[in-house]
Amino acid sequence: MSIVWPVDVASALADLTEISSQVEAAAVVDADGAVLGSTVAGEPAERLVETGVGLLEAATSRFGSSGRSVTQLEAALRDGSVFVVREDGLGIIARTSAGPTSGLVFYDLRTCLRAVAATRKKSKPRKRAAKKTESTDA
Amino acid sequence: MRKLLGLAVLIAGLLHLRRRREAGRERVHVHFDDGSTVTLTDDAPDAQPLLAAARRAL
Repeated sequence: MSIVWPVDVASALADLTEISSQVEAAAVVDADGAVLGSTVAGEPAERLVETGVGLLEAATSRFGSSGRSVTQLEAALRDGSVFVVREDGLGIIARTSAGPTSGLVFYDLRTCLRAVAATRKKSKPRKRAAKKTESTDA
Repeated sequence: MRKLLGLAVLIAGLLHLRRRREAGRERVHVHFDDGSTVTLTDDAPDAQPLLAAARRAL
């Protein structure tokens, strides 16, 4: 049982920035890197997403041969940090202030991503169960 | 007893200085699906492309 409520991307991101004061900007992307939602608009959003996708690609190309898959990463710089988390075909990229509490930020990002994933699963049309054909052997 | 106390203070000071130095370093933590983690500090050649990529977002 999940305790994550299904919400749309904008609400999930609004909740994230409200809960985590360390997150300055965040963007949710799908498996192809298309932006589903962002707390910033225009060029900064594009730069954030490009950075996140680039970081994942660079980490995968460096460690991909080990048979492990990169699920999340943090690049900690003096001016701030960049976090990338991917799960269930979705990804979230966030920029934080310097010296963030990494564990908390990862937790908040995963919670946000799960809320978005729950919405997407819910909004997908269900396939109808195939009708049973009754055999009329007599 | 005094010597022991002095030694403890010296060790605590060295640990504090080391922690401060480590905290100021740029680094990349990569987490994998098997639960393992790799940390690359800024002196590792592998860390440079990742840190350069991250710098663009800040």
